Amino acid sequence: MILRLAIASLFARALTVGMTILAIALSVALFLGVEKVRTGAKASFADTISGTDLIVGARSGAVQLLLYSVFRIGNATNNITWESYQDIAARPEVKWSVPISLGDSHRQFRVMGTTTGFFDHYRYRQGRALALRDGAVMTDLFDTVIGADVAATLGYRLGDPIVVAHGLASFAEHKDQPFRVAGILEKTGTPVDRTVIVSLEAIEAIHVDWRSGAKIPGQTTSAEVLRGMDLQPKAVTAVLLGVESPLRTFALQRAINDYPQEPLLAILPGVALQELWGIVGIAETALLAVSAMVVVTALIGMMATIFSSLNERRREMAIFRAMGARPAVILALLVLEAVLMAACGAGVGLGLLYAGLIVAQPMVDSAFGLWLPIEAPTLRELWVMGAVVCAGAIVSTLPAIRAYRLSLADGMMVRT
Amino acid sequence: MAAPVLALEGLEFQWPGRAGFALQVPGFQLLPGETVLLLGESGSGKSTLLPLICGTLLATRGTVRVAGTDLADLSGGQRDRFRAEQIGVIFQQFNLLPFGTVADNILLPLRFAPDRRRRAGDGRARALMLCRALGLPEAVLSARAGTLSVGQQQRVAVARALIGEPPLLVADEPTSALDAGTQAAFLDLLFEQARACGSALLMVSHDPRLAARFDRVLQMEDIAHSKRGGA
Ligand SMILES: Nc1ncnc2c1ncn2[C@@H]1O[C@H](COP(=O)(O)OP(=O)(O)O)[C@@H](O)[C@H]1O
Ligand SMILES: [Mg+2]
Repeated sequence: MILRLAIASLFARALTVGMTILAIALSVALFLGVEKVRTGAKASFADTISGTDLIVGARSGAVQLLLYSVFRIGNATNNITWESYQDIAARPEVKWSVPISLGDSHRQFRVMGTTTGFFDHYRYRQGRALALRDGAVMTDLFDTVIGADVAATLGYRLGDPIVVAHGLASFAEHKDQPFRVAGILEKTGTPVDRTVIVSLEAIEAIHVDWRSGAKIPGQTTSAEVLRGMDLQPKAVTAVLLGVESPLRTFALQRAINDYPQEPLLAILPGVALQELWGIVGIAETALLAVSAMVVVTALIGMMATIFSSLNERRREMAIFRAMGARPAVILALLVLEAVLMAACGAGVGLGLLYAGLIVAQPMVDSAFGLWLPIEAPTLRELWVMGAVVCAGAIVSTLPAIRAYRLSLADGMMVRT
Repeated sequence: MAAPVLALEGLEFQWPGRAGFALQVPGFQLLPGETVLLLGESGSGKSTLLPLICGTLLATRGTVRVAGTDLADLSGGQRDRFRAEQIGVIFQQFNLLPFGTVADNILLPLRFAPDRRRRAGDGRARALMLCRALGLPEAVLSARAGTLSVGQQQRVAVARALIGEPPLLVADEPTSALDAGTQAAFLDLLFEQARACGSALLMVSHDPRLAARFDRVLQMEDIAHSKRGGA
């Protein structure tokens, strides 16, 4: 009956109570939404590359190497010579190796030279392999395989010609080489979606007529001549490695880092991803903190509402006291009321979250390659909601204690 | 002679603060089933006396015995339960929780008084009977108390005070919010039902016109000394 009376009392103040609940609901939805995006981003981030045991590049920072080799952000300061690559690939611990060569672009997308081994060994999202939506991997010197975003953004279909530019955002395009689209990859939600993949030899071919970033005047080598040339690269940007046995990973890493002929760096992708997330994570933590503050603000708003309702409700409390309610009942009643409001707020907030997800999920997926799963609330989300209800109870103890004091002082009559 | 249902002895109380109103009651008794009207000017301490009897205010000196129990012997929680068990309270106005139904309001004291709940038996049926006896339509039980007229609300307050037949009713100017015509009808019903329940009634008021119906009529000055500004 007390619970029913508490609910009836809330209904009697439907407008203010509704506003309070709405404020809590919005804040909870915001918090859960941020949390959802955060975990989604973190998961898809950590899922960017898997199955690769080591990434090797010229000596620089682990995060930098990860950024340019996997995320295609920034540039390598140095390359790895072909000889060093051969040396490392030939080591007994190495099961497979995929060299990649970066530095060219096609429109806003990066071009990556690699071997077809890339399609065999690159894994994302817990071991998923790349799949072709259309066409096949490169067989000809001028074949390219493009990521899903490249195809979608530029409207490319199989067989379309592509012009590859040397250097990023460079206007000097390699107009002479008639590349064409040989394959289009399925969407992965990784940087592969935004990559134009060609063979290592193709990268060499592009640069035959170029010296230190500038076209050699008057020199144009035709496609036919290029096909006949020895296009073995002199250097690659990075190498993805798989080891024979995971136990040998660290030994191999040390050996590469101590490679005497050239300063090299080998990184464990998982560790580097975590390190990188640690940097990105600051923004994410700040965002989470801000949305937590919004929740706190909403709860303090609720506290203010309860405080301001106390005076007009002194009579109500006096009635309870006269009927034999202990002052503790008054206290409990107000806390119960706050818990009900907070619980409603949390529940409605969760509803808003799902509604928002249903609307935003396809948009977020296509815009950011971020898949936000619509699933039953996770334990963590339930914890958050529980915490909001608890915080509501805690926050309400302040006005409740005041009501307790008032009702003790008032006894059962309110001075009018 | 039966033991008094209410006995005050050497009671002293003062509202906090240096200029707090002080009240002294050397001795006062109320017998079971007796109806007493306590008349006093506004500000003479009538509304201070009732919470002292109900145990929501504690006397600084002296004893308050209700149905033989000294309130000072009880802990705070016990006093609250004791009040719920033994005393029906009717205020001047604003007796009811406006958001609750009439039934909720009538049954509220039973919620805090298990013995009284047992005495009442089927609470809802008893509430319905009381409502009928007090001239309230049956449908009123499930109406929200806030939607009732003041006169109806006061009658609901009587039903609430009487449910489970507590030995003592205290009423603080229950008629002052009613117009003259309704006052008489209200008092008729109150007396009839108090008698039916065997409850003693202590009513305080400033209105001497009510006097005729009571077994005894006392002036505040007869039983109490009050002092403004304390000492
Ligand atoms: N809650 C309170 N705190 C302090 N003084 C009070 C309080 N309630 C009443 N008083 C004082 O007690 C005196 C008597 O008031 P009250 O008992 O309400 O008289 P009555 O009901 O006869 O009009 C008043 O002078 C008032 O100032
Ligand atoms: Mg008064």
